[in-house]
Amino acid sequence: MVENTGLITGINGNMITVQFNGAVHQNEVGFAVLGEDRLKAEVIRVNGNDVQMQVFEETRGLAEDDIVEFSNRLLSVELGPGLLGQIYDGLQNPLPVLAESQGFFLKKGAYLKALDHERKWPFTPAISTGDRVNPGDCLGHVQEGIFDHKIMVPFDFDHGLRVETIVPAGSYTLTDRLAVAINAKGDAVNLTMSFEWPVKIPITCYKERLLPQEPMITGTRVIDTFFPVARGGTYCIPGPFGAGKTVVQQITSRYAQVDVVIVAACGERAGEVVETMREFPKLKDPKTGKSLMERTVIICNTSSMPVAAREASVYTAVTIAEYYRQMGLDVLLLADSTSRWAQAMREMSGLLEEIPGEEAFPAYLESRIARFYERAGLVLLNDGETGSVTIGGTVSPAGGNFEEPVTQSSLKVVGAFHGLSRERSDARRFPSIHPLESWSKYKSIIDSEHLGITRDILLRGDEIRQMMTVVGEEGVTPMDFVIYLKSELLDSVYLQQNSFDPVDAFCSAERQSYVFTVLVDILKNPFDFSDRDAAREFFNSLRQKLIDWNYSEWKSVAFDSLENNIRAMMNLQGKVSERPK
Amino acid sequence: MNKIYRRIHQVSGNVISVFAKGVTYGELAVVSSRRGKSLAEVIRIENGLVHLQVFAGTIDISTHDKVKFTGKEMRIAFSDNLLGRIFNGSGAPLDHGPVLHDDLIEIKTPTVNPAKRFVPNKMIRTGIPMIDLFNTLVVSQKLPIFSVAGEPYNQLLARIAMQADADVIILGTMGLKHDDYLFFKHEIENGGAMTRSVFFVHTAADPMVECLMVPDISLAVAERFALAGKTVLVLLTDMTNFADAMKETAITMERVPSNRGYPGDLYSQLASRYEKAVDFEGAGSVTILAVTTMPGDDVTHPVPDNTGYITEGQLYLHGGRIDPFGSLSRLKQLVNKNTRQDHREVMDGLIRLFAGYRQTLEKQAMGFKLSSWDQKLLTFGDLFEKKLMALSVNLPLEQALDCGWEILAASFDRTEVGLRSDLIEAFWPNTGVSAGEEISNASSIRSASNSDNKSPLLRTSWNKPGCDVEVDAPERTTVAADE
Ligand SMILES: Nc1ncnc2c1ncn2[C@@H]1O[C@H](COP(=O)(O)OP(=O)(O)OP(=O)(O)O)[C@@H](O)[C@H]1O
Ligand SMILES: [Mg+2]
Repeated sequence: MVENTGLITGINGNMITVQFNGAVHQNEVGFAVLGEDRLKAEVIRVNGNDVQMQVFEETRGLAEDDIVEFSNRLLSVELGPGLLGQIYDGLQNPLPVLAESQGFFLKKGAYLKALDHERKWPFTPAISTGDRVNPGDCLGHVQEGIFDHKIMVPFDFDHGLRVETIVPAGSYTLTDRLAVAINAKGDAVNLTMSFEWPVKIPITCYKERLLPQEPMITGTRVIDTFFPVARGGTYCIPGPFGAGKTVVQQITSRYAQVDVVIVAACGERAGEVVETMREFPKLKDPKTGKSLMERTVIICNTSSMPVAAREASVYTAVTIAEYYRQMGLDVLLLADSTSRWAQAMREMSGLLEEIPGEEAFPAYLESRIARFYERAGLVLLNDGETGSVTIGGTVSPAGGNFEEPVTQSSLKVVGAFHGLSRERSDARRFPSIHPLESWSKYKSIIDSEHLGITRDILLRGDEIRQMMTVVGEEGVTPMDFVIYLKSELLDSVYLQQNSFDPVDAFCSAERQSYVFTVLVDILKNPFDFSDRDAAREFFNSLRQKLIDWNYSEWKSVAFDSLENNIRAMMNLQGKVSERPK
Repeated sequence: MNKIYRRIHQVSGNVISVFAKGVTYGELAVVSSRRGKSLAEVIRIENGLVHLQVFAGTIDISTHDKVKFTGKEMRIAFSDNLLGRIFNGSGAPLDHGPVLHDDLIEIKTPTVNPAKRFVPNKMIRTGIPMIDLFNTLVVSQKLPIFSVAGEPYNQLLARIAMQADADVIILGTMGLKHDDYLFFKHEIENGGAMTRSVFFVHTAADPMVECLMVPDISLAVAERFALAGKTVLVLLTDMTNFADAMKETAITMERVPSNRGYPGDLYSQLASRYEKAVDFEGAGSVTILAVTTMPGDDVTHPVPDNTGYITEGQLYLHGGRIDPFGSLSRLKQLVNKNTRQDHREVMDGLIRLFAGYRQTLEKQAMGFKLSSWDQKLLTFGDLFEKKLMALSVNLPLEQALDCGWEILAASFDRTEVGLRSDLIEAFWPNTGVSAGEEISNASSIRSASNSDNKSPLLRTSWNKPGCDVEVDAPERTTVAADE
């Protein structure tokens, strides 16, 4: 029975003002009653006898004096086996199940169980009667697709619970009682396969946080080589519209060398997430041979879905990521776009008539962004294993100008910055990560001496290019001209990568190191050309060969023969170190 | 039971406020003044005070005018009888035809469940190489035309509408010049498409707020036709006026502006309209083409900027041509893998080289000595602009691709174009001539065809091939000069 209720006194967009009597918690969930429907809402400000709530649905149809029922709980998600492969909205409603019952459209006020409560999972216990267990400890195991899914003691339970009973191995549903444990006060608590966790509260059930150092291979050369991301690290991808943020993330979600990928489509186009939704079940994960969908969870609150639920969606996503991290897995969370999330905050802040900060974003924008990225990390779990959450967020700066609050706040807290440039995307130089503006604090798979050489060439090449726009090609020395050609070569055959080619889309760490060594040899070569045209001609044909090389399967016959071709070309020009055995 | 109130408490901008009970958020009221009746929509309720946005504006509204709440949201009669009809922004007939009453549908419809969408895969052929080859339009795409006043964007919109074969065309106009409205009507009638079209017309002379309903009405009707299995093309012009109308109300309501006076929810508002573009599984589809004029030709202005972040690309119409750089179709890769195997590479390759051409032009403007490579780029760029970029060109995709190869062969050697060798093998036109001859040949085209690149939307050229490169004879030795 609902005890605590209130009455609506004001409606403005998706914010309602509610007069209440009992006790109300900040961020508590309530339901606005609209005929048969109950619209989920969250308390975002308390003011005397009024609370302001953001409604996770369209508010049209609500009226003054309509009832709001408070739930006394925070906005939560259900955690347990069966999350993988799911497609959820920002509030963890399974969209395919909604589609089955409601057809083409999303009706408001329809909330479904996030996980299937009927399904039985074969469970193997890992504890026995009399054991002491702490939050996050493993009760037993369930095989979820390709993973050993650890069933854990809820993260907010008491420490030192004594196990009273535990079920034998067998098949159980999510709600079946698996174990009874006694806390210090002597109360019995039930342990089940799934439990709820409030999304805005980070899961901190681990021993300590470790420094992220191991690279997370994405298979995108410019990232892994030049602007790497560490497992447990954070990075952001700002870029003007159409620069390629989503494509970079889609490619990463396919090829990243991690266990679990959470795709959070936050306030962007529905069509894009549909591509992922439809393609992933068909694509094979090269590592496991299973469909990619088995390692993926999609959280999808697209731009025409309610804006408050969009704000919630990133928290839903990161909570699920942390949950799998607790099992000792490496999880990658890709959020597209964090700007839409920030805008959702801005919309609510505007309705609350808070004093606006820069570009009308609320003053707390920066701390919210920081706290979100801080939920990434490499952790040492209580059982001695490590797990990680890596977070990559796109940013959609207004006008493509990085001097705006969301980009700037993100840059302060992330470990790598992949800045996409309009200039590069216009020239179809994809992925359009700007090689001179981007940075990463993490360690590359390539040794720093070689990286230094190539960076210098890119930098010098750019200077020379700029110089040539002022003084013309003739105005630079032949040697400089060759440096410029070298930087262009590096750009076209290494920085650029064809995301839509089945071979080129993914370049393994091994292949990157191999190809890079060959390239460095080429770049180190002084060259001596009779004139500029000869130089250009040589580099054009070399580029052609290297592009073909990129398209050839790693270690295939074509790969070898192209490599020999390239080496032969180089030998005519100078020398290249011997081909490694 | 409809509630009637006779005391208007506040009038500000286009918004009136009334103390009223039991009013629901989003419902419509009828405001009767001595100038006539207007619909008004509830946009805020606070402690008994109800704020309504009056579609006809508030000029001459009296404190004692009648406000009658209808208890209903905005709706429109939906049936096949809509076809061939013209309405205003509130859904009232403008064509002296009968008022439609039956089968009322709400115009704010819920979002399509993403799980019910599927990946678009049908190309819409327009015969415009800058679209078909470089920025392929796809069924269910939402694509704006970014442009500035004076550019032929409405002409382009009408041309695409007539050449793309859609079952139903829905035109929604916001702040359209009356002459342009007559132009559309004329074009669509002349093309024999009026019987499959519906117009929702708001002109520059109409009250600003009334245009706020136009996208919703147009899209609600489109969605219904699509659910009935029809391929629907929605044309919206000009969405910047729609955004400006929202801005006006937001300012009246004293909402904190985010950027140049536009409300913070501009993105969400625009997105909820554009996201109506959809391909329904087992039914029809909605494709949206919209005009967004850019104040001051500034693509970073909040309206084009937010639009670009929402839509699946944009056509950048500028100087009477679709610019290859500003323009983009995000969905092209979903269809161009099934057109012809060289489509993608040719598309990317031509654009890369065209970028080089633009740089060379800059060099040239600075008076630098041009290298022989620059010369080649100049030849190329010039041919590209005339044979593919000019809006007068009307070519099927395959011919446009051949034309692209011809242009490449006329300008460069095989090794210079940066395309995959296997494609070059397969598609490079067989030339028996040396590079030098090609260039001189090509430059003669340059001088010969200089005369006809003026009016880019020459009506007469719509239906005849615009590329005078003899593309249908691939074994020809080189690009031919003008007849
Ligand atoms: N790696 C790539 N290879 C080839 N084309 C690309 C690549 N990345 C992006 N593109 C092209 O650019 C288009 C836009 O890319 P994308 O959708 O990723 O942009 P975005 O930065 O996410 O834009 P928005 O902010 O509007 O969402 C793609 O549809 C594609 O045509
Ligand atoms: Mg994107």
